Amino acid sequence: MGLHVIVPVKYVPDIEKVRFDVKSGRIDRSSAPGEINPFDLNALEAAVRIKEKLGGTVTAISMGPPQAESALRDALARGVDRAILLTDKRFAGADTLATSYTLACAIRKLGSFDLIICGEKTVDGDTGQVGPEIAEHLGIPHIAYVSEIREVSNDRILVVSDLGDGYYLVEMKLPGLIAVTKDINVPRLPTLRDKLRARKAIIEVWSADELVDVADVSRFGYVGSPTIVHRVFFPSERGRKAIIFRGVDAVDKLVEVLIEEGLLG
Amino acid sequence: MAGVIVFAEQHGGEIHPVSFELLSKGREVADRLGVELYSVLLGYNVKNIASELIYYGADRVYVFDNPLLEVFDPVRYKHIIASLAIRKKPELILFGATPLGRSLAPRVAVALNTGLTADCIDIRVDEEGDIVQVRPAFTGNIIAYIKTRTRPVIATVRYRVMKPPRRDLERRGEIIVEEAEVLEDTGIKVLKKVRDKEVRLADSEIIVACGRGLRRPEDIRMIEELARLLGGEVGASRPLVDEGWISRDHQIGFSGNVVKPRLYIACGISGSPQHLAGMRDSEVIVAINIDPSAPIFRVSDYGVIGDLYEVIPKLIEKLRSMGRG
Ligand SMILES: Cc1cc2nc3c(=O)[nH]c(=O)nc-3n(C[C@H](O)[C@H](O)[C@H](O)COP(=O)(O)OP(=O)(O)OC[C@H]3O[C@@H](n4cnc5c(N)ncnc54)[C@H](O)[C@@H]3O)c2cc1C
Repeated sequence: MGLHVIVPVKYVPDIEKVRFDVKSGRIDRSSAPGEINPFDLNALEAAVRIKEKLGGTVTAISMGPPQAESALRDALARGVDRAILLTDKRFAGADTLATSYTLACAIRKLGSFDLIICGEKTVDGDTGQVGPEIAEHLGIPHIAYVSEIREVSNDRILVVSDLGDGYYLVEMKLPGLIAVTKDINVPRLPTLRDKLRARKAIIEVWSADELVDVADVSRFGYVGSPTIVHRVFFPSERGRKAIIFRGVDAVDKLVEVLIEEGLLG
Repeated sequence: MAGVIVFAEQHGGEIHPVSFELLSKGREVADRLGVELYSVLLGYNVKNIASELIYYGADRVYVFDNPLLEVFDPVRYKHIIASLAIRKKPELILFGATPLGRSLAPRVAVALNTGLTADCIDIRVDEEGDIVQVRPAFTGNIIAYIKTRTRPVIATVRYRVMKPPRRDLERRGEIIVEEAEVLEDTGIKVLKKVRDKEVRLADSEIIVACGRGLRRPEDIRMIEELARLLGGEVGASRPLVDEGWISRDHQIGFSGNVVKPRLYIACGISGSPQHLAGMRDSEVIVAINIDPSAPIFRVSDYGVIGDLYEVIPKLIEKLRSMGRG
């Protein structure tokens, strides 16, 4: 028994170090090393905990350049059983619609599954759209902004989710998808042994050809992406006054300006 | 039939103010495109609040009133909105970039096989008559203009980035109560509310935020006292939330709340890009930090260089002596 849990993960540039090329409107990926999207670590941890409790398997799946393999190795070190890399020029330049479509097709190709767990969003795309979009492609329910998993069984899951005006207890039948927030858990660090094991593990590589029987290839990548970045620029920082106070009367001066600004009304 | 549709988000019969902002933006876009502005309202016993949507700019409001729609279910809501969109063929559908909107809009976009742009700060119509979606990217370090080559264009838009909308009680419009097919079993069951949010920082006008400059969790009390004296709320950088010193409802930044108060006081916060992503649009920013080279000073209107354990007690004392609190 046990559940088959799928975790889509993304290989992202280290957002602290990476540069942005405003001319091309793209992230200059050569300027920084990549890593697994930090938000996905919570999704992986949640999946592995479910496996520890109920048995079953966890599959990680990633669409990206060949280097994205390293994100999947990280996922393997964290307890994933099977890793699939979707890599092909035809997948490149995908927006969230094409990305979610491609991932959904690959998931369909995998056959049966019980639960998909996504991170809240990615640090580079910052949309949080791909999870619910995958669910709609697959025709399964989803719950977003999950901060707690209360119970999981073979056919349902009970979670706490932020619906906007508060936190709700929500039950969902499986198969389904949840998108989890940082609050859900503290991801464990892989041990050296885990890392060594992951280094030797096999990562399955799928190209668009592997998906032809379940997908419409024209919906992949740039061609299948309805949104286009038309222009990018650096925002003009609004002029800040940058008045600095220091020393004994700093607080008095601060209070004075706050009164002047009408903020102590 | 073309038009602009604004999704009206309501909780317990109260319309989320972001919906009014979207209506005023939607009005602008609809006028530029020469089309009508519709709003769609889903809920239970919500007919009486539909007129509000007209006061804020809608020409027509489609109301779906059903006990099954009382609380949000992304599948059920999607089904209704997508069917309406198929009938009305709108140019544009707008959702608030709230937890609800961000959960619902992606499903609607896929159901309509169209593009979706997240977390916009503006929607415009350019000289060519194209709809342009403006969004921050790359932790807010760049701004991107995005166009969608399919219809409808769908976007989620941040709360409080547009100018405050105008409520016009003289405005007239049509309220259409729709009898729609409501999905019975979607696989999702909302059982009960477990707790409310501790604070709604997105609505706060004054925020006193603390970061790793604090040495002990109990020192948050000092920040709370300062916030109380100023009539504001307490915010925090992520490390304090990760340490469990304060709940995530208080977190400000890329993975927390995006806020735009009149006054933001950052105490012992260095000003990382992820933190700035949540507060850089505040009206007046004040930083209190011991390190003169802290990046937070670069985005501040006023800064106090000093130990917050000296500065804040002094500030509290000063405000008390002025008869506050
Ligand atoms: C994917 C991702 C998402 C993130 N999301 C967020 C987010 O949403 N929000 C967020 O805040 N961070 C976020 N972060 C973390 C962010 O990168 C920084 O680590 C964090 O903002 C730093 O918090 P801080 O300024 O409190 O701490 P620090 O950077 O450690 O700064 C502490 C500051 O306190 C000052 N200080 C120390 N002692 C005193 C004293 N006695 N008096 C006065 N000043 C003093 C120091 O000079 C320093 O400037 C995210 C990171 C990642 C990778």
